[in-house]
Amino acid sequence: MASLVGSRVERKEDKRFLTGKGRYTSDINIANQTYAIFIRSPHARAKIKKIDTSKALKSSGVVDILTGEHIAQDKIGGLIAGWAIRSEDGSEMKCPANPPLAKDSVNFVGDPIAVVFAETLDEARAAAELVKVDYKVLKAVSNLGEAMNSEAIHDGIDKNLCYDWLLGDRQKTNEAFDKADKIIKLDIVNNRLIPNAMEPRACVIDYNTASEEITCYTTSQNPHLSRLIMSAFGGVAPENKLRVVAPDVGGGFGSKINLYNEEIVCSWASKKIERPIKWVAERTESFLTDTHGRDHITHAELAVTNDGKFLGFKNETIANLGAYARVFGTVTPTYLFGPCATGVYIMPAAYSNVKAVYTNTAPVDAYRGAGRPEATYTIERIVDKAAMELGMDPIEIRMKNFPTEFPFKQTLVHQIDSGDYVAGLNKAKEMADYDGFAVRKKESESKGKLRGIGVTSYFEACGIAPSPVVMMLGCGVGLWESAEVRFNPTGQVTVYTGSHSHGQSHQTTFAQIAADELGVPIENIDVVHGDTDKGTFGMGTYGSRSLTVGGIAIVNACKKIVNKGKRIAAKMLEASPDEIDFKNGEFVVAKSNKKKTIGEVAFASYLPGVRDEVKSPLPEGDEPGLIESSFFDPANFSFPAGSHICEVEIDPETGHVKLDKYTAVDDFGTIVNPLIVEGQVHGGLAQGIGQALYENAQYDDSGQLITASYMDYTMPRADDLPDFNLGFTCTKATTNPLGVKGCGEAGTIAATPTVMNAVINALGGKEISLPATAEKVWKACKEMKKSNAKAA
Amino acid sequence: MKKIAIEVNGKKVSKEIQDHTTLSGLLRDILNLTGTHIGCDTSQCGACVVHVDGKSIKSCTALAADLDGSKVTTIEGLASNGKLHPMQEAFKKMHGLQCGFCTPGMVMSAVDLLKNKKNPSDQEIRDWLEGNICRCTGYHNIVAAVKEAASKM
Repeated sequence: MASLVGSRVERKEDKRFLTGKGRYTSDINIANQTYAIFIRSPHARAKIKKIDTSKALKSSGVVDILTGEHIAQDKIGGLIAGWAIRSEDGSEMKCPANPPLAKDSVNFVGDPIAVVFAETLDEARAAAELVKVDYKVLKAVSNLGEAMNSEAIHDGIDKNLCYDWLLGDRQKTNEAFDKADKIIKLDIVNNRLIPNAMEPRACVIDYNTASEEITCYTTSQNPHLSRLIMSAFGGVAPENKLRVVAPDVGGGFGSKINLYNEEIVCSWASKKIERPIKWVAERTESFLTDTHGRDHITHAELAVTNDGKFLGFKNETIANLGAYARVFGTVTPTYLFGPCATGVYIMPAAYSNVKAVYTNTAPVDAYRGAGRPEATYTIERIVDKAAMELGMDPIEIRMKNFPTEFPFKQTLVHQIDSGDYVAGLNKAKEMADYDGFAVRKKESESKGKLRGIGVTSYFEACGIAPSPVVMMLGCGVGLWESAEVRFNPTGQVTVYTGSHSHGQSHQTTFAQIAADELGVPIENIDVVHGDTDKGTFGMGTYGSRSLTVGGIAIVNACKKIVNKGKRIAAKMLEASPDEIDFKNGEFVVAKSNKKKTIGEVAFASYLPGVRDEVKSPLPEGDEPGLIESSFFDPANFSFPAGSHICEVEIDPETGHVKLDKYTAVDDFGTIVNPLIVEGQVHGGLAQGIGQALYENAQYDDSGQLITASYMDYTMPRADDLPDFNLGFTCTKATTNPLGVKGCGEAGTIAATPTVMNAVINALGGKEISLPATAEKVWKACKEMKKSNAKAA
Repeated sequence: MKKIAIEVNGKKVSKEIQDHTTLSGLLRDILNLTGTHIGCDTSQCGACVVHVDGKSIKSCTALAADLDGSKVTTIEGLASNGKLHPMQEAFKKMHGLQCGFCTPGMVMSAVDLLKNKKNPSDQEIRDWLEGNICRCTGYHNIVAAVKEAASKM
């Protein structure tokens, strides 16, 4: 049987999606369900003086209206930060309470304060209009740069500062800077983004009055974690009375990691009103209340020698947490950001200092890449600036500072097990025809256009495991992953995984892995995920961890199946287990033609006795059945890396940036399914390009989100993007048996600096802030023209 | 309230509906055809695209009451006799979908494109699909899928 790992297997999940039979949360309806509408603060910062629901309660079809008072009375807990980060001075981070329904104060536009349940959605909407809320409006803190000098928005949190964190050695870095020939300085704003999974968040709750079990269907990337938080911190129900199901989920990109207010409120309320509840976000609610991404202000400095060697790096960043600290909110701008800020380079000394602050804006949390795009943007922009100031080629300066021996101890935290950065950049250079750029630039100029080329080399630390490391860094849980592999008596296999697919194709790739391990046709393997009642426990999907952590748990469970199978086969074949080889789904006695298929062994494992031709095949000490599980914790993070090159052509008359060519060369170690991995890269690139050219979440001074619809927030569309030119290099990960590395976030991490470096290159080195919209580029072109005219 | 008689995926349907019921509301909430998705409420994302009398429209901004007598085809009605439409086959082959949420609208829109233009160029495909937002694929494989379907149809 040919190996499936490495094959372009078409997806098992596609048929249902392509025929309209996907089952997303909003597709679920339960008999007798009520409809929920949340009443949200229209103010960014206010005290709630009074909520009057009397008129609304009498409105047609209203079942109940619940407020923050009710939540408090029932002692339902709120949302939490999952990572405890300490400040440089050793003090603990400061987090405000974040009740599921605000009782006393609201802290961002969209903060929920009450919920209406009614017989129909129209009736719920109409009643919500009748709820009267008396607010005392306060001055909002909406500007990140001014937040530390503004009034504290949460009691007891001075300067709105959650923590002031340091990683690295300031003194050593300052000493390195003393020896520099040149110090390159860069101020950047990594703008706020809104993840915008195409499926808006939703939940459908079914309370069973007989078993007292709550079932919460929800749009989650990690249903087990949601159950854990809802039970342990929310106190909604004990875990054994709470089932969380994340069925088909229409994209996440980090925004569906968090357990949200609505899931807690509706789960709690369903038990209270003894009715099922359905809530589906409108797109504007998603814009306002989904966790946002990025939003940093950074000052970076790079110390270099005249011949382009890096001596040291300083990263001073203010990170926006929004109104509250959420699950990955506090770790994203620290351990997911700081260590990666020195990039793929030998950097003798460095530090990252991050001040995380609260503002009256939506909570900021992990968004595809989470910290690593911000880190890569910082270092790759400043490296390009260094090349320009030193008069070096951007590729030359990168090559000069790459490590060439692995494992490579990266400056701040990570021990990178494998990689070949030189090979990746050389391949990208060739594929992009880097050397032909000068000719193409001339051609563009002859048409009155500006052409620029941009390079990025990146690595990322993904997997977000092993548990001992992440717990040492402040994580409140261990981030292993589990799998269970079950052989049915008649030979089909069900694989249960704690990972969750919301587009990543686990049903296919995980089946490929199991098919290879067990020698069973892929058609006979089903992968089940997303239901706390099916499978053991799981930490879910984010941080490009599904394959490197969850996939390996499947490999390990399969290996246990094969080991038990060998013992059973040995007994059946009257041989010793040591003599049994397992290959292509068959247990064979060495140097003989005696064999049993894994299907026969599975069948036998369920029949431990003697009847007719069946003769007790179970070895002494073994239990019946062929079901094994594994909890896998890797030895380290995984470290994909690569180099991307793009070319842009700018029309100075309109400021329009045409993305002309995009080449991505990535090293993901072993690739299980190239078809799917290429898709992951494409999608990641689109999001990274989106930040570079189009996307921007904008609050006004009063804290109103002025980009809260697709009319105002520019999503990349088909006609904005080019075809992508992908290449791969391969150095296998040494920390897992498949040699795989994460691939889900790479495109997003690399694309933003690649495109911006190209735009800035086209503008002759003129700095421009994210995103490089036509308006900004047009202005920059006009200024260029002016200064060129002066010079002439 | 208004009574309308329409044909949905070849079946005659007669329903009394509210004046403000959208076509997507009729399909999803009344006929339980949940393949048509709602992604934005402002007719920007295109997840709700279906065919009305053979033409692609955004069903979230069409009033069902206006469609009396029309023929509607949704993603559920695209395959015939269990055989996938060439566009569906092509999306599968070229990995033109990931989370699947935008897919029904994307496929219905692409089918209409090929009715209008047999062998569209890359740019024509990208221009046509400008009203369908996909957050997963970066559109690369969607364009490839539409070209693949065009070559098979």
